[in-house]
Amino acid sequence: MSEIFSPVSVPAAAAPATGEGPGVRALLIGIAVVFLGLFLVLPLFAVFAQAFSRGIDAYLDAFREPDAWSAIRLTLTVAAIAVPFNLVFGIAASWSIAKFEFPGKSLLITLIDLPFSVSPVVSGLIYVLLFGSQGLFGGWLQAHGIQILFALPGIVLATIFVTFPFVARELIPLMQEQGSSEEEAALTLGASGLHAFWTVTLPNIRWGLLYSVLLCNARAMGEFGAVSVVSGHIRGLTNTIPLHVEILYNEYNFVAAFAVASLLAALALVTLVLKSVLEWRYAGDLAGGRAH
Amino acid sequence: MAATSSPAAGPLAPPRPPWRFRRPSVIPGFGLSFGYAMTCLALVVLLPLAGLVAKASGLGLSGIWHVATDPRVASALRISFGISLLAALAASVFGFVVAWVLTRYRFPGRKIVDAAVDLPFALPTAVAGIALASLYAPDGLVGAQLAKLGIQAAYTPLGIFIAMVFIGLPFAVRTVQPLIAEIDREVEEASATLGASRAATLTRVVLPPLIPAVLTGFALAFARGVGEYGSIIFIAGNLPYVSEIAPLLIVIKLSEFDYGGAAAIATIMLGISFLTLLAINLIQAWSRRRFGYV
Repeated sequence: MSEIFSPVSVPAAAAPATGEGPGVRALLIGIAVVFLGLFLVLPLFAVFAQAFSRGIDAYLDAFREPDAWSAIRLTLTVAAIAVPFNLVFGIAASWSIAKFEFPGKSLLITLIDLPFSVSPVVSGLIYVLLFGSQGLFGGWLQAHGIQILFALPGIVLATIFVTFPFVARELIPLMQEQGSSEEEAALTLGASGLHAFWTVTLPNIRWGLLYSVLLCNARAMGEFGAVSVVSGHIRGLTNTIPLHVEILYNEYNFVAAFAVASLLAALALVTLVLKSVLEWRYAGDLAGGRAH
Repeated sequence: MAATSSPAAGPLAPPRPPWRFRRPSVIPGFGLSFGYAMTCLALVVLLPLAGLVAKASGLGLSGIWHVATDPRVASALRISFGISLLAALAASVFGFVVAWVLTRYRFPGRKIVDAAVDLPFALPTAVAGIALASLYAPDGLVGAQLAKLGIQAAYTPLGIFIAMVFIGLPFAVRTVQPLIAEIDREVEEASATLGASRAATLTRVVLPPLIPAVLTGFALAFARGVGEYGSIIFIAGNLPYVSEIAPLLIVIKLSEFDYGGAAAIATIMLGISFLTLLAINLIQAWSRRRFGYV
């Protein structure tokens, strides 16, 4: 009887034919985790470590300055204008592109994506060329006493530009995947267009909408290059949080710089956690079913 | 007679509908949503970019060439493009390993590692910049270790490289990851049962279809690195001719009110980014023909 079982020797530890052996596997996992840890996570850790390096009082001192508060107020104001603007644009653009057939769609999507491929500094520069003192509209604006550059409107415009594609590029593929049969059903049953949008489309896209607004907001509050070009760096007036961080850092006030930066780092962490939760739980309701 | 009764235009063929911009649909709101979106696009994106093109065309090709060949500008462009090429290469290599590990292997903490890949997207560039600078400075956590080896990272071109790898990594990982997940395991099994070694299966069966995605990720990381400003300027040291990047030179020109010079550098950068985008589209078109997917 033993003859039947003994000759079959299974090489248990050999590398599987369609995967890597346990050694290679452990090595690759090790490389990936150590690399990401050193390269991506350590900088985040460094922000908080530096911010609290002289204790909690020194940390809180950074927020006792009125300039820090005016920077926080300005950043919140800018995001409160830029994000809703891009939200409405994104819904309008995705409704017209995903629910209707017309020529030139892919060109249109490329144009909407354009701000992502433009350097942040160039994004600021184009508004300086339009509204600056030697710019196209500069003379006219000056004659009428309208201040766009080095003031809130310029900062808002530059922020809208850099965050322009976020909502649209999430909603367009999502609405295209979902098609328009549900809306057509609602309309044939007698719903008005607005009613169909409100009760059929909006619930279908709500997680994608939230997802894109999260990313849009994180970028709007954290944008540095474009805003730095149009803001003029006037302390207490046109400094957003990232610009305030830069000024503190360049004054060698490191604890305060990292303390204020920790606000943005915390925002990034919250954004990342919410984004991951949405990807894990509602992958089917996001564009491309982003499941990892 | 023959001309009026060609077979295609028989009595049963439906009359050809008049040409319309959009196909008819019962869904309302096209005019409003399309009009509003177009207006936003034109005012926010197209008009300002047209302003840049107008300014650059005012300089003319010779004017742009004059700026581009200025030694300081030329060296800044060389630094920006050269280092971001190297950084995109490094990001692609490590990004591929990370994407492979995240999709093929199951290990504790995988989901957290996966979420951490997007950190450079979420972290504002200025925050990343000061954090990297403080870590890699000669008295920083990592910089002190490097100093023992005789390497100075911060305030040198190596610092620019590190910052560019940091911001380029998510692009390299996220473009390759979905394709690794979609690889048909049966093809690998077929290759193995036909007697191929694992190395042969990898290099001849698994990797070739992934090349377009790797190239796309490389191009995206490159384009991002060239334009990046916030995370680089703190760690770069910004020494003219050594570690001064092109975006910083635009800022410097603007602060000197040299709008023409700034517009010329921006135009050159936009031109090269445009070529990169074109290359990505060509890669994807080639990939669709060769492999049937993007």
